[in-house]
Amino acid sequence: MTKIIVITSGKGGVGKTTTSASFAVGLAKKGYKTAVIDFDIGLRNLDLIMGCERRVVYDFVNVIRKEANLNQALIRDKHIKDLFILPASQTRDKEALTIEGVGLILAELNKTFDYIVCDSPAGIERGAQLAMYFADSAIVVTNPEVSSVRDSDRMLGLLTSKTKRAEEGRDPIEEHLLLTRYSPKRVTRGEMLSLSDVNEILAIPLLGVIPESPAVLRASNSGEPVILAEESDAGQAYADAIGRFLGEEIPHRFIAEKNHWLKRLLRFKEKEAI
Amino acid sequence: MILSDKITKIVHYFQHLQRSDKATAKLAKDRLQIIIAHERTQRDKPDYLALLQKELLEVVAKYVHINQEDVRVELERKENCSILELNVILPTISSSD
Repeated sequence: MTKIIVITSGKGGVGKTTTSASFAVGLAKKGYKTAVIDFDIGLRNLDLIMGCERRVVYDFVNVIRKEANLNQALIRDKHIKDLFILPASQTRDKEALTIEGVGLILAELNKTFDYIVCDSPAGIERGAQLAMYFADSAIVVTNPEVSSVRDSDRMLGLLTSKTKRAEEGRDPIEEHLLLTRYSPKRVTRGEMLSLSDVNEILAIPLLGVIPESPAVLRASNSGEPVILAEESDAGQAYADAIGRFLGEEIPHRFIAEKNHWLKRLLRFKEKEAI
Repeated sequence: MILSDKITKIVHYFQHLQRSDKATAKLAKDRLQIIIAHERTQRDKPDYLALLQKELLEVVAKYVHINQEDVRVELERKENCSILELNVILPTISSSD
């Protein structure tokens, strides 16, 4: 049974594409045949984050308009077996995405893929609505910041009303919270909303916390999803989140502040004394 | 360990000093809780409710002089039905009318 996952947030710049790329890579590395689709028509970027921007020939809209078939448009990932990318079109035609067109493509992918990851654009326009419409599961990417939390709550409202599952009265979409750009140090100082603050307000199950990390920019600079930077905190946090998504029990990491340098020094001294 | 306790206290003291003016997370949480609670009550209302309220007001105003605030339209969702409730507060009509 194919599972369709939407990566959504409402607000822009919180890490949807970073998350989509890492999730798709993570699922494929676990042996699942995975497709990741960029729904941001006109502002294609998933290709850059996945490092396949120079291999784009046909795109999502070409397939909808039957100018190419799906197999021609799907880009096979260079490194990971069983991972395919469907890039967005750079057209400025807002009407290019249609619900029937998206439905047909997903139905075709359903035949051979285990997971389909839909990278939603920011906002609540057509691209965002269609990215979530067919989903079975939603990952709501949120920064510990007021505008992001508010927009996430708005998206949760749309997920429970404006999707195929809601319209057909089937089981609701599974909702997961992914808190990104988290800085335990600033939380301890009382400068940033804490994990428990965001959890309390949004009240959906927590999938993971991705710490603010220089590895994320390095990853996008080089076009290799951050999950492949296995030694980095953010990469490990994504790997943990995927494990949890697949039902593994993994304790949360990167949510506590590292000890203050004075305390660390002291602990070192204590050890020496023993 | 007495020395360790003392240093922990000192560390906390400095953290407290830093916290006093920059600790805005609590404010953020309070503001969010209020606005989100408000938006959630609005969320389930259909888009036509505001227009419906306006038109109902116009009809009632043709016959009785009323204020904008005196008409209230509420939609309440029950398990298998919705109740549209219209509340109009009419001004006391003097017997000479």
